Amino acid sequence: MTSSSAEQEIAAAQDDRLLGSGALSRLLVRPEMGAFFGAAAIWLYFAIVAGDRGFLNLGGTASYLEVSAQLGILAVAVALLMIGGEFDLSIGSVIGAAGMILALLTVNYGWNIWPAVLVAVIASLAIGFLNGLLVVRTGLPSFIITLATLFIIRGLTIAITRLVTGRTQLGGMRDAAGYDLAQTLFASEIRIRGAGFSVSILWWMGLTIIATWVLLRTRFGNWIFGVGGNEQAARNLGVPVMRVKVTLFMLTALAASLVAVIQVIGSTGADVLRGQQQEFYAIIAVVIGGTLLTGGYGSAIGAALGALIFGMVRQGIVYAGVDADWFQVFLGGMLLIAVLINRFVRNRAMESRR
Amino acid sequence: MTDATPLIEMRNVTKYFGRVHALRDISMTVKAGEVMCLLGDNGAGKSTLIKVLAGVFPADEGQYLLDGEDVRFSSPRDALKNGIATVYQDLAMIPLMSVSRNFFLGSEPTRQIGPFKMYDAATADARAREELAKMGISIRDTSQPVGTLSGGERQSVAIARAVYFGARVLILDEPTAALGVKEAAVVLRYIAQARARGLGVIFITHNVHHAYPIGDRFTILNRGRSYGTFTKDEVGRQEIETMMAGGEELEALDEELARIARNGAESTG
Repeated sequence: MTSSSAEQEIAAAQDDRLLGSGALSRLLVRPEMGAFFGAAAIWLYFAIVAGDRGFLNLGGTASYLEVSAQLGILAVAVALLMIGGEFDLSIGSVIGAAGMILALLTVNYGWNIWPAVLVAVIASLAIGFLNGLLVVRTGLPSFIITLATLFIIRGLTIAITRLVTGRTQLGGMRDAAGYDLAQTLFASEIRIRGAGFSVSILWWMGLTIIATWVLLRTRFGNWIFGVGGNEQAARNLGVPVMRVKVTLFMLTALAASLVAVIQVIGSTGADVLRGQQQEFYAIIAVVIGGTLLTGGYGSAIGAALGALIFGMVRQGIVYAGVDADWFQVFLGGMLLIAVLINRFVRNRAMESRR
Repeated sequence: MTDATPLIEMRNVTKYFGRVHALRDISMTVKAGEVMCLLGDNGAGKSTLIKVLAGVFPADEGQYLLDGEDVRFSSPRDALKNGIATVYQDLAMIPLMSVSRNFFLGSEPTRQIGPFKMYDAATADARAREELAKMGISIRDTSQPVGTLSGGERQSVAIARAVYFGARVLILDEPTAALGVKEAAVVLRYIAQARARGLGVIFITHNVHHAYPIGDRFTILNRGRSYGTFTKDEVGRQEIETMMAGGEELEALDEELARIARNGAESTG
């Protein structure tokens, strides 16, 4: 190619003829594209395999969306944290702790639900703050720090609950003052032609939209990508790295407390073991959603799609008549496939526009 | 500011690490609109000097003058506020972020929409493209990830960013080290652009062939000491290279190599 034709190409690149292909390739570069096609493929698979057994009707849809919603609320917050380059393994324990605080205060001490929710939320935020502070002050991997707090918080929840009540489960929330409004907000069902869609689905979608907006349309979002992509470079450019990270840990704890409130209000009781393994499911959903484990790249929409995939598979295999014991095999396999596909997509994205 | 006052002056700067003299009695200046090359082999003290200049740590002895006044920077951020921008070889860019997001990281343009202050992506894209064009860098799409750029382009974007955010002194740490010949030429062109815009540039390198065409003056370091500062008329490439290697050492090496070659010729012959 001669240099003059190369120049013509550069000139052509500036007119709108090539803008179309630019927009298309930009779309394909998006981190959530893999999860989008994955979700479509899995829906199609269960539609064929279990479509006549209820997967396709509104009741089936409502059932997997509810499973997806509770995980999705967590996964969206965890996605922001992981894009910022950190992990939080303690969120499952925070779900248990926040739920038990809410139940103890209302059932045991006769509080109104709303101040009890406030205390549970503040306690969760404090845990998130401590996690974040420990990570940024010590410089140790957040994986280790939050692995430690996972056990500390779970242990405290079990020990204190048994000390105070002599039990590990508390029920009877329905009689607490303020329950009706809380039930409407966190645990009601929206009836659509006979099928009850959990209100948590709205929380999930709302949080996904807010998180996406924060990531792509605010300075803070840009800082999250910067901090996760190259902490030192971000610090050199004046990004308040510590503040960003601590805030992200507080957001994951906040999401965990919301899930706790939804579960406790919905089941009218709490169990000290609530939320176990949720930290892993959230990370799996985030990774399936295209977020890089090393930080600096990912999306909240991807995490929401990852949670959708999780819900569809979990409920789908039941509709397909497969023993639910097989679920974990599917989950692990999907994680593996997702990581491989995402790596392929990302490498292509980085090379295609050279 | 008159021509007589350098932007930055170091007087008899010394830095120890434990019992090691990393820098001994270094003096140098850089003026507005000139490229001052800091040359030295590995271990000559270049990195330590950059860190003192950039405000990572202070010197143990000696003075650091900015516009003729004594300063002591508490952090790189502090130095940056005073117009001293350092572009490190690897730590300048975030590969998976777009060019314009990288360009404005930490100083993002915002737009008020109702109660919300939003990141203004359109302005960031347009202004980044504009500023890069001013430096003679044409990037087709500033929303593409930095990782898709070549090493030279990345360095150039980092230089353009420092210039845009009001740097008066640009410290470039081995900007051409990992680059091929053509790419190094691209970066050298942007250094010339920065100089033409009146910046003082400190160009750190161990490559004489990159330094010589662009440099106005050369300060040569060897084992933590300075051989002094020379203008282009005073030294040639060969002399600089000899000083960097420590003079005698290179002569000794020449002799040794000649001896090996001789011995080889004898044993085969």
